[in-house]
Amino acid sequence: MSSAPQLNIDHVAKLARLALTPEEKAQFAAQLGSVLHHIEQLAKVDVTGVEPSAHAFAVHNVWQDDVARAGLPVADALRNAPAHRENMIVVPKVVE
Amino acid sequence: MSALHFQTIAALADQLAEKKLSAKELTQAVLARTKATEPRVHAFNFFDEADALFGAVASDTRRAAGLALGPLDGIPLGLKDVIAVKDQPLTASSKMLANFVSPYDATVTTKLKAAGAVLHGRLNCDEFAMGSSTENSATGPTANPWDLARVPGGSSGGSAAALAAGSAIATLGSDTGGSIRQPAAFCGVVGLKPTYGLVSRFGLIAYASSLDQIGPFARTVEDAAIVLNAIAGHDERDSTSFRTAIPDYRAELAKRRGPWKLGIPREYFGEGLDPEIGAAVERAVAFYQSQGCEIREVSLPHTQYCLDTYYIIATAEASSNLARYDGIRYGHRSKNAKDVVDLYFQSRAEGFGAEVKRRIILGTYVLSSGYYDAFYLRAQKVRTLIRQDFLNAYKEVDALITPTSPIPAFKLGEKSDPLAMYLCDIYTIGVNLAGLPAISVPCGFTKSQLPIGVQLIGQPFQEANLLAIAQAYERGHEWSTKNPNL
Repeated sequence: MSSAPQLNIDHVAKLARLALTPEEKAQFAAQLGSVLHHIEQLAKVDVTGVEPSAHAFAVHNVWQDDVARAGLPVADALRNAPAHRENMIVVPKVVE
Repeated sequence: MSALHFQTIAALADQLAEKKLSAKELTQAVLARTKATEPRVHAFNFFDEADALFGAVASDTRRAAGLALGPLDGIPLGLKDVIAVKDQPLTASSKMLANFVSPYDATVTTKLKAAGAVLHGRLNCDEFAMGSSTENSATGPTANPWDLARVPGGSSGGSAAALAAGSAIATLGSDTGGSIRQPAAFCGVVGLKPTYGLVSRFGLIAYASSLDQIGPFARTVEDAAIVLNAIAGHDERDSTSFRTAIPDYRAELAKRRGPWKLGIPREYFGEGLDPEIGAAVERAVAFYQSQGCEIREVSLPHTQYCLDTYYIIATAEASSNLARYDGIRYGHRSKNAKDVVDLYFQSRAEGFGAEVKRRIILGTYVLSSGYYDAFYLRAQKVRTLIRQDFLNAYKEVDALITPTSPIPAFKLGEKSDPLAMYLCDIYTIGVNLAGLPAISVPCGFTKSQLPIGVQLIGQPFQEANLLAIAQAYERGHEWSTKNPNL
């Protein structure tokens, strides 16, 4: 984080599974460049020996009792599916 | 007596209890007001008149049988369009979920229904709650009822604007970096962000899970306490939900009279603060002093790092949370995909708006190999320091008093640069990083008649104290009785 970070927009968009137009790539790279420049100042903070916080109030080992109960009915779960058939979600062919 | 649609839950509940008013009459009045103002305000993505009237008639039937449920029975409330209501649309103001219908109720929805509330509409917001102006909405921006050329704030702008316009008696929003408090300030209403873990997020569309919290918008602090009474409490369906005793927040208001020790964090009164807002907050501080409160200057030395810490943590969590929108099980599915992997790329490209894409890109980047330690892990460590700043301050004081927003409501389209928009949140995001409760209360108007909010930040799970402190200010002023000419 010492030098100005380079955001390889093609690589990151691929990781994010997001198709971007050339215009979006140019715009986001410029806008996020200035955001990253701002974020750089975090490098100035001395974090030696500081524990990271994932949450403000750590809650550990949250278990539910192992009791079977009704889930969402299949018809409700499929209600928003873009395509479904015989209680299954239809997707494009995965294997040739 | 003001028009029905501008009255408080407390006042309306009394009239309903005394049978001077029916829930049906009240709901009809609010729906009529909604239909009259919506063409100009656009606070709602959707409202269901028939369903609302059905709920109102059910409330009247209960009451006639002597089975009234409490102060929310028959009160029309609106929910931000990121909170699930079974069999109603749920869009997050995104094309991605344009046709989504909730298969179940959020826990807060279940609780409000159990309290008898009439849930009449789904309120506009920034797409997936990402933004500070409600301009990032696929259904178009919401206008500020005080000045229709200006934004209502965001991301819960519809929740604030509907209340200010009289199109709801109270509303719910969600607050990840200020998304309840800043629109409350911009629209001249009360907005409460509860302690992280006090209110269940089950059924809330996730943005940044370690920061998101649901809370009420209301005309008065007492009304906010009434809504909080209904929605607070442990929920086994939200693993971050906290097991803690829930007091009767409304009853506690009368018992807690101060005087309190209030801290003024000097870092919140620096460069970038609008002088009119600074002066209004100083008058609020002087009021507390006149009431016998002790005022101390305190320091939150890591304040300058809050914005950067927030934008790393929030976007990282968002990139992970929004990975679920892939066009497979629900949401938008592209018709232009070559194969299943391309289906993800194209569905997401077509379904998400620009700000959501920007945040997914930034969040993916800060989590990516080689950058995780420098950005995400470091931000989580700075988050610890930010939290310690607040906890240190609370060794000396009961609550902190600050401006809610550095600026009043700005014009639609005025802030086109993302970084400039992000800077709107500088006084609100520290609270989310530290998981604290905070409330914005109206504290005056600018010379151009735009509302100003003062923010009070409380100790973890001490909402009863925070609400009492806020009400002490509210009772000494008449800001909460003012309504826009609309």
